[in-house]
Amino acid sequence: MSARPRGETPPAPAVFKPVMETQPELPARLARDLDGAFEELVGVHQRLVYGLALRVVGVPADAEEVAQDTFERAYHALAGYPAERVAAMRLRPWLAAIALNLARNRLRRRPPPARPLEDGDGRPLAVAAPAAAEPAEVAERGQERERWAELLAALPRGYREAVVLRHVEGLPYAEVAEILGRPVGTVKTHVHRGVRQLRQELEARKERTR
Amino acid sequence: MMNTTDTHDPDGGWRELAEGLHGLRAEPPATLAPAVLERVGLSDAYLSVDGPAGPLLVAYNGRGISATAPGADEARFLERFQARFGRPLRPAGRPPERLVAQVERLLTPGRAGRPPDYDLRGTSEFERAVLAKAQEIPRGQVRPYAWVAGELGQPAAVRAVGAALGRNPVPVLIPCHRVVGSDGRLTGYAWGVPYKRTLLAAEGADPDELERLGRRGTRFFGSDTTRIYCYPTCHNARRTTDAHLMTFTGAADAAAAGYRPCRVCRPPALAG
Repeated sequence: MSARPRGETPPAPAVFKPVMETQPELPARLARDLDGAFEELVGVHQRLVYGLALRVVGVPADAEEVAQDTFERAYHALAGYPAERVAAMRLRPWLAAIALNLARNRLRRRPPPARPLEDGDGRPLAVAAPAAAEPAEVAERGQERERWAELLAALPRGYREAVVLRHVEGLPYAEVAEILGRPVGTVKTHVHRGVRQLRQELEARKERTR
Repeated sequence: MMNTTDTHDPDGGWRELAEGLHGLRAEPPATLAPAVLERVGLSDAYLSVDGPAGPLLVAYNGRGISATAPGADEARFLERFQARFGRPLRPAGRPPERLVAQVERLLTPGRAGRPPDYDLRGTSEFERAVLAKAQEIPRGQVRPYAWVAGELGQPAAVRAVGAALGRNPVPVLIPCHRVVGSDGRLTGYAWGVPYKRTLLAAEGADPDELERLGRRGTRFFGSDTTRIYCYPTCHNARRTTDAHLMTFTGAADAAAAGYRPCRVCRPPALAG
């Protein structure tokens, strides 16, 4: 991908809080001392990388492997790039694109089980909900998430990826377009169609349970 | 029945959808970051295996095996590891099967296979060349420091070879103990000469006999049927029956008798 100067593409407002490119000085530090700064890169971006992988492959254990592979690949790539290139990198879309590719490959090699998102909540109990939450509340939230995960999993892949990046991860359209390697207009169309399909499905389900 | 004209209409349906999707943001498992750091070699894990002469602590990361230490003193191992490499080291959760299998194969007589990968960051090119040479010495055999230096094309670098072997980060697995003095003496070993002796004996070499030979001035064995001379532990020398076995005090001695060096153990051609 092309290395663009940083500080462009102001994020379009996401639904909730916009997700900014964090740690603007991290690329420079990676360029100076990869081994010293790499742990921070993992810490900053692991949620996006893992979350994205989970929404594509569906199974938490597989998503963790994809996330590990993503960071390993990123490390070796960064180690091989000249310092100026690393310093000018926009890490988030770059990592997201790697994660997406690896997740797609994995899905191709190993299709998901019949009910792909049975345990798609992806929140292992050990690191899960805040301790204060009521167990019943937690369980309910888990079911709720599972329902959403199922809805999302039923979308065509192209729409699903765009919707996940835009509305689950809250990335600006420009960045979603960069990650997916498509024009912004196309990405917007895919997001809108995906959302429309989700709403139709949501309505249909409500009709059925009424 | 439904409004399909504007999906971003801020009605209840959209809000519900947006919240539902946003709620799918997933926290990565706590195991992710440590696993990544280990895979790229920024932290290590260790486990204990059965070595040829007692337990052996083995540290590794995604690049390969990074350190070993004979014994079971984990606190000391951690301390030395951190002092030398400055990386976190933790006990292995579940031992990596492939690595354990490779180590076992390496330590089992008569079993071939790909040796494990080693993480030798922090060693010099010369040190890595020396360690690579040490790995060419078969189990149950020994070679002199001077042989390693000669093989590397730096016959004068005998002391440097000794120093490089002394800094071997993965003793026992990379068999620096198979390098001995030219006179057969077990000079110098980071873990003590007695341990070196135990290791060599466990591998089927006879260190006491080798030292006796050295004291008598014997450097090479030859066969009067093939007229080839070898290091005493070379498997070609061991095949020679006593009736045909010749001893030489050096390469010049062997050359004078019309013998040529063995192509397997590659003793020096002259003046050794």
